[in-house]
Order: sequence, then structure tokens, then C-alpha cells
Amino acid sequence: MSERYQHRQGLIAQFISENRGPLLVTPALAVLVVMNIFPLLWSFGLSFFKYRANRIKEPEFVWFKNYVKVLNDPNVWDRFQTTAMVVSIDVLLQLVVGFLLAMLFEKSFPGRRVLLMLVLTPMMLSFVAVGAFFRYYYEPTFGLLSQAIKAITGETYILLATPEGAIAGIIFADMWMWSPFVMLLVLAGLVSVPKHLYEAAEIDRTSAWRRFWTITFPYIRGLLLLAILFRTIEAFKLFDVVWIITEGGPGTSTETIAIYVYRVAFQYFKTSQSAALGYILLFAVIVLTNLYLFFVRQRAAEEGG
Amino acid sequence: MARRREIGKAGWRRTAVTAAISFIYFFPVLWIILTAFKSHTDALATPPKFLFSPTLDNFVAVFSRAYQRGGDAVDTKFDLFFFNSIFIAGTSVLIALIIGTLAAYAFSRWPLKGNDLYMFIILTTRMLPPIIVIIPIFLMFRVTGLAGSYVGIILLYSAFNLPFTIWMMKSFFDEIPTEVEDAARVDGSSEIKIFFKICLPQVKAGIAATAVFGLILTWNEYLFALLLTGIETRTVPVAMATAIGGDIGVRWGLLAAIETLFLIPVVLVTFLLQNQLLRGVTFGTIKR
Repeated sequence: MSERYQHRQGLIAQFISENRGPLLVTPALAVLVVMNIFPLLWSFGLSFFKYRANRIKEPEFVWFKNYVKVLNDPNVWDRFQTTAMVVSIDVLLQLVVGFLLAMLFEKSFPGRRVLLMLVLTPMMLSFVAVGAFFRYYYEPTFGLLSQAIKAITGETYILLATPEGAIAGIIFADMWMWSPFVMLLVLAGLVSVPKHLYEAAEIDRTSAWRRFWTITFPYIRGLLLLAILFRTIEAFKLFDVVWIITEGGPGTSTETIAIYVYRVAFQYFKTSQSAALGYILLFAVIVLTNLYLFFVRQRAAEEGG
Repeated sequence: MARRREIGKAGWRRTAVTAAISFIYFFPVLWIILTAFKSHTDALATPPKFLFSPTLDNFVAVFSRAYQRGGDAVDTKFDLFFFNSIFIAGTSVLIALIIGTLAAYAFSRWPLKGNDLYMFIILTTRMLPPIIVIIPIFLMFRVTGLAGSYVGIILLYSAFNLPFTIWMMKSFFDEIPTEVEDAARVDGSSEIKIFFKICLPQVKAGIAATAVFGLILTWNEYLFALLLTGIETRTVPVAMATAIGGDIGVRWGLLAAIETLFLIPVVLVTFLLQNQLLRGVTFGTIKR
């Protein structure tokens, strides 16, 4: 009896030690499968049916009809255009501002840590807070921005009344929030430039411009690329800030694709169409994430070698 | 390993220039803090008031559960929402930290077949627009009755935190050399002892950083909370957004006070974790 018991104990111990990795990973994967993978498969299935979440009617299998509908919908293309414009301007500005900020903090000086903290705070705020307070700043009568402009021109200024103004307002808020992210990455790149290269350049009396392009830039190029990809993926999902500042308005001029999917799903209740649209988005994000990881690994390999 | 160089030195002049620019950059935040100490009329004053007699009314209003509106006391319920935010974020970060750290340890030490693919899929679940998963989760919660319950949102947030936790912790485990572990293994130490006595103490700072970033990310989350919490489980961001979207008389001072209360720990954390910040905001994909 005890021998058999011991034998069984031994088998269990052996099983555990042979499958340590899979066993430790299982709980995490289980949670992810239940809360992420399963819902994803569900919505994938849903995208082939005709179904509205606010009706009792049974779902009806319609093949690719939802995808055809979504891809032929001029609204979708319009929202994609809005998103592409917002994302590209937003990310470009973040790069410029982030880069300039990094230049400021490149060297050590008294009080650097404290000042760096001031600049880094925006990115730790909640989207809701950023949205809420930029809405407060853009407010026509007592908003800071409107009052500043009124003081100069003497006319009441309503930024969010025009499509261009609304888009600028959203981009400015998001850009302010996330430029410090780019700054962090650029700083990391600047730190990795070997000092002796600068010393050599000094002896050769290279111009500052040339020094930047031949020495500094190659070291931050990789990180800049990662910053662009990461910020693009994130800006692609832009929802909270827009939702709170403009709710997509005026009209549909600031309706990004994420907001459109939200409306299709939870206001128009075209559940299966929104699932199809979601899958098109997912595909784009997978491609971008793949690229991102490719460059992360490439950089790690370069650093290691 | 990266070749780290000493960063060059600049003097006080750089401090002055940078301080000026940093303050401009920080100004929107500063204005939030100032607004929190303003009375309702001061907050809506034109031209904006830089000098005003500070009041703590807004902070009192956050906690006293009520503020006056046309003579009627209105229950803000913000004490409940604060509790919800702390409770939900705390619990889900803890759950994610426990199972995520175990998984990260395994991914780092005993790579599975297709380890990279697993890590990629895990990262993708974090990168994808939440709007894609939320539709089926919304339906799923409706069927199971989890909508509006603590269990539902905590489960969801645990899953939301897991990819971040796994990537972060794996990057920390990858950094510590395995020699000590191997030596202990040769000496016949049990795996459990090696994990708890040798590995975990070395990544203590990493666990702290992961927990703090997880807390901030979860606390700030809005979309899931908007769709999946009920009146009793509502979190602060949702309550704040509702307060803005509501009527014309937005209590900006009150909102500013709420945000200021959260700002203090965030600023402190930003200061203390400055060296881990890069890793934190890139979900552990970039170390330095």
C-alpha cells in the first residue's frame, strides 16, 4: 500500500518536474483564453452572422456579407481617413516635441530629476482627466484657450465648433499627453551612444549638424522607429480622449474608427457588422505589432553583439 | 548589455531653460491643481484668476458625499466610486501579478515550444483595440449575469493586466543571471525554494514597478468600465465622465479635486520609478 502510494507520489513529482513550464503557464493562459481569445473567436464567428444584440431574433448565417457591407460603406472609409489623418499628424508631432524635450534633458544638470518628473506626469494621467480638462480649456466662455484668443482678437473663439479646430484640439491633447513617451525612448537612445565617438568627432572638428547625423542619429534610429510603431498602434485605438472632448463632433468630423465601431456596436446595435469591422482593425494591429516586435528583437540582437 | 555612458554635464543655465519649458509643459496639470482649490465662481471666472483665495470646499465635497445644488443636497457617491476603483484595481492587479509572475518565470526559464509565438499572442491581446473584445464580452457578461458585478470586472481587469505583467516580469527575470539558481539546483534545493528564496528577491524592484504601473493602467481604464460596471460598481473615470457629459453646470472644481487626489500618488510614483518608466510604458518590451 505505502509502496504504491510512494510510487504514485513519485510519478506525480516526475510529471511536475517534467512539465514545469507548461504547468506554470497554464493559469495565465487559461485566464487569457477565457477573457480574450474566446471573445475574439466569438466575435469572429459573429462576423459571419446577421445579428443585433438588442433583438431576440436568432442569428442568421450570411457568409461574408458583413465584410462586404463594411468594406463598401463610404462611412467606414471616411472614418478610416479621419483616423489616418489624426494618427499621422499626432504621431509626427509627438516625435518632434518628444525629440526636442529629449534634447533638453540630454545632459545632467542641477534639478534634472525633478524637472523630468514634471514633463513625464501627463502620460501618467487618465485619459478621462486629460479629456475633461482639455474640454475645460477649450470651453468657449471661460476656457483658458478661448480667453487667451479673445484677449488678442476681441472675438469669442470656439475651437471645437469647426472640424479643423476640433481635430486640432484632439491632436493637441493627445500629443501633449504622449510626447514624453517619445522623449523617454529618445533619451534611452542618446545614453547608448559611446562617448569615445563624440571625443573622436571633437578632435576631427566635425560640425554639430554632421555629428548629429553620423554619430547620434544611428543610435536613436532604432528607438525612433519603435516609438513611431508603438504610438501608431496606440493612436489607432484613440477613443477616450475624443469621446470626452468632442464625442466625434462637430458632425462626424472627429469620429475616429474606434468611436465608429463603438457607435455601430452600442448605439446602432449592428452587432455583427461591428464585429466584422473589428476584425479588420485587429488585422492591422497584428501587422503593426509584428513589425514592432521584429524591430525590438533586431535592436536587442544588435545590443547583444 | 547596453554600453552605458556617463551623460554629459550642463550647468545652471540649462536648468533655467529647462525649468521654464518644463513649467509650460506642466501648466495644464498645474491649472487642474489650482482649479481644485477654487470656489465654483472662481473656476468659471473670466478672465481666469491666477490669484484667488483658496478653499478646501471641493475636497470636502468629494468626501462628504454631498454638495449643494440649488438648496438640495445631491449625493455624489464619490466615496463609493473611489472605493470601487481602489478595490477593483487592487484585486485585479494582485491576481495578475501572482499568475503572471509564475508564467513569466516559466517563459524565461523553461521556454516552451513556440515560446516566441506565445509571447507575441500575449502582447497582441494587449495591443488590440479593446473595442473588438468588448462586444463579445458584453454579450458573455449579459448571459452569465456578470455585468455590473465586482467579479466580472475584476476578472476582466486581471486579464487586461496579465499581458503587461507577463512581459514586464519576463524582462526582469531575463536580466538576472542563472548561475546562482543552477548552483542551488546542483546542491539539491527544491524548485519551490529556488523560486521563492533566490529568484523572487532579485526581482523585488521589478514586482513593485509592475504592480504600480498595473495599478495606474487599471485605475485609468475607461471603456471597459463604462460598459461593464453598474451603478454600485462604477469606477472614478466613468463617474467623472458622466459628471461632464451631464448637465450644463459641470462642477469643474469638484472634478479637479478628484483628479488632484489621484495626481499626488502618481507624481510620487513617477518620481520614484523614473528608472523603470521606459520599461513600464512599453510593456516591458524595451528595457533601456
